[in-house]
Amino acid sequence: MHSILKTSLAALVAAGVVASSAAADGHALAGELNIISDMSNPAPRAVMEGMAADFGALHPGLEVNLTIVDREAWKTQIRNALGANPPDVVNWYAANRMRPYVDAGLFADISDLWAEPAFEALASTKGAMTLDGAQWGVPYTYYQWGVYYRKDIFEQYGLEEPSNWAEELANCQVLLDNGVKCYTIGTKFLWTAGGWFDYINSRTNGYDFHVALARGEVEWTDDRVRETFANWRQLIDMGAFIDDHQNFSWQEALPFMVNGEAASYLMGNFAVAAMRDGGLDDTKLDFYQFPVINPDVDFAEDAPTDTFHIPSGAQNMDAAKEFLRFVTSADVQTQINGGDALGQLPVNANSSIDDDKFLAQGFDMLSNNAGGGIMQFFDRDFDAEMASVGMEGLQEFMVFPDNLDDILERLEETRARIYQ
Amino acid sequence: MSVSPAVSSPHASLPEKGWYKRNEIAITPWLFLMPAMIFFTIYVIIPIGQSFWISFHQWDGLGEKTWIGTANYERLLGWGDQNMDRKFETSFWNNLRWLVLYLLAIPAGLFIALFLNQTVRGIRFYKSMFFFPFVISQVVVGLVFGWFYLPNDGLFDIITGWVGIDVKGGVLGNPNTATYGIIAAGLWPQTAYCMILYLTGLNAVDPEQVEAARLDGAKGHKMLWYVILPQLKPATFIAFVVTIIGALRSFDLISVMTNGGPFGSTRVLSFFMFEESLSEFGFRMGYGAAIAVVLFFLMLGFIGYFLYSMYRDEKGAH
Repeated sequence: MHSILKTSLAALVAAGVVASSAAADGHALAGELNIISDMSNPAPRAVMEGMAADFGALHPGLEVNLTIVDREAWKTQIRNALGANPPDVVNWYAANRMRPYVDAGLFADISDLWAEPAFEALASTKGAMTLDGAQWGVPYTYYQWGVYYRKDIFEQYGLEEPSNWAEELANCQVLLDNGVKCYTIGTKFLWTAGGWFDYINSRTNGYDFHVALARGEVEWTDDRVRETFANWRQLIDMGAFIDDHQNFSWQEALPFMVNGEAASYLMGNFAVAAMRDGGLDDTKLDFYQFPVINPDVDFAEDAPTDTFHIPSGAQNMDAAKEFLRFVTSADVQTQINGGDALGQLPVNANSSIDDDKFLAQGFDMLSNNAGGGIMQFFDRDFDAEMASVGMEGLQEFMVFPDNLDDILERLEETRARIYQ
Repeated sequence: MSVSPAVSSPHASLPEKGWYKRNEIAITPWLFLMPAMIFFTIYVIIPIGQSFWISFHQWDGLGEKTWIGTANYERLLGWGDQNMDRKFETSFWNNLRWLVLYLLAIPAGLFIALFLNQTVRGIRFYKSMFFFPFVISQVVVGLVFGWFYLPNDGLFDIITGWVGIDVKGGVLGNPNTATYGIIAAGLWPQTAYCMILYLTGLNAVDPEQVEAARLDGAKGHKMLWYVILPQLKPATFIAFVVTIIGALRSFDLISVMTNGGPFGSTRVLSFFMFEESLSEFGFRMGYGAAIAVVLFFLMLGFIGYFLYSMYRDEKGAH
């Protein structure tokens, strides 16, 4: 796959795709461009290596040095990497997750890049890259969240994709009566519970309320938050989730769905590859948007965005900016998000989306049916500390729903301290 | 001026011995100590001082530090009108559980060592089998026990199922049992360690004393308690120290087996410190440093007590 990607990207280069940027400035880029990337899984790694090679081929005078760091390890290493002798380009995440580095002045303000006409095609993600009125990075991929379900099991019990909460609960009851759990989930690493909270809260109280909560403007002990948990509890009390989920990672929870012990999974689109590997082809696997709970609020969707940033101490700012232009250009976006590469959604509006059932559905949902707004995900929208305390509370709630009052008080105490 | 050469000449013959030569005895030990002292200062003493300094600040590890006095400690220990940080409370009690229960490795190691201290065919093989868990990495031990404890499919759950016990949520998924589950996993390699210490100790037991005791009619546990154990005192002391240190270093097992969960119930102070200051969502260097300082004093108390009792014993012995 690596070679396919490389040759095809090379073909793009030959076609003079990036001619616009090359023509824009006469002087050639020189020196070194040091990139540290966290795209360490096999497919993303091939994509990143291909991009670095092709960018190097475009600019013969430039020496592109790529370092790939383990994705989990990068989450803690980035601080050291940005400190002394920083690279020119790094990977990170959008929204509040940028906050510590923006506040510390470690990410460069690249608002000038966003002011260029070519960046109008990225308008849909501009909000996620904006903090304090400036832009601090560019997105390179994003993916939808939603409910992935076993089509064959739904057909077996005569179920339809639910569109509202009552149908959702009714479906679930049928499944449970037949000895199938409604949802698989693995909460050992906590964040999966954050996805459930994002959806139930935004469907119950709307996007604006969710954002206000993320900004710390609403108390956790607010009645509207309690309503969210009450809705969630309906599922928990039914026994909708698999048992003992606090023991599993999200990958370890997959077999329950593959084996037919659970019918669906609220997850990001990245799970599709693993489910297909597990033997669920498109006749067995399908997708629906999280159903309406409160008909008065519009759909809001989780669509986390992965990003590139320029550290403020970058040595080769020109080359770094050129690389960001390259990454976000329509054709490179089409290429790297294709089904044989990342298999996710391109951020450039002029790119084409791979002909994949889930990508097509996801793109349609995010473009036409997410009027409420786009959320980045619990751990990217909330303050880092609030997110970690919060997700721990969510996990506890899913196991011991009776502890809710205690959990909410704890979260409120944390909120009051962080956002004082 | 014929005097001056006469005066200087005896000096001229002596100073062949340089300044170093003259002070050799006093200086050489310090020269030998110097490398260790320099590195110990740079990597241990100074960072301890820095930790104290940082613990009085609010700092995200990236930007400017803000002096906040003892606010971190007030929050952590619940001085004044605040409640004690619940995470700290949980971590502290878990640390105590680790310290107390981990000591079980000492009698267990002694028992296995006595059991293996005999000459039969292939005893070396059995010894190495018992020692095996200490050789493999803590991370592997954690993973293996993680699978062992899995709800429904894990061996532990199947075995307890035979006697009708079902741990709700799985051993590691239940906040009441998770810490004990991890300690049990940690005891496996630690017991092997203590066993090796006692096996070497048993080699040094004086056979004449054993013979004499036997003639006096000592046997069984009396022989063990009054004759063997006193001779194993050095081994016991080392076993004690390494076990205490092992209990305080429980970080890797916790990280692998539960990641501090479920809902933070298996945290210990070192894990808590890491989580607050260095983990994915941790940006509270000052608070983390305050935890480190508290942990430092707890360990200092322990180690100080040991050093004191060792000193007292040695004084009593002579």
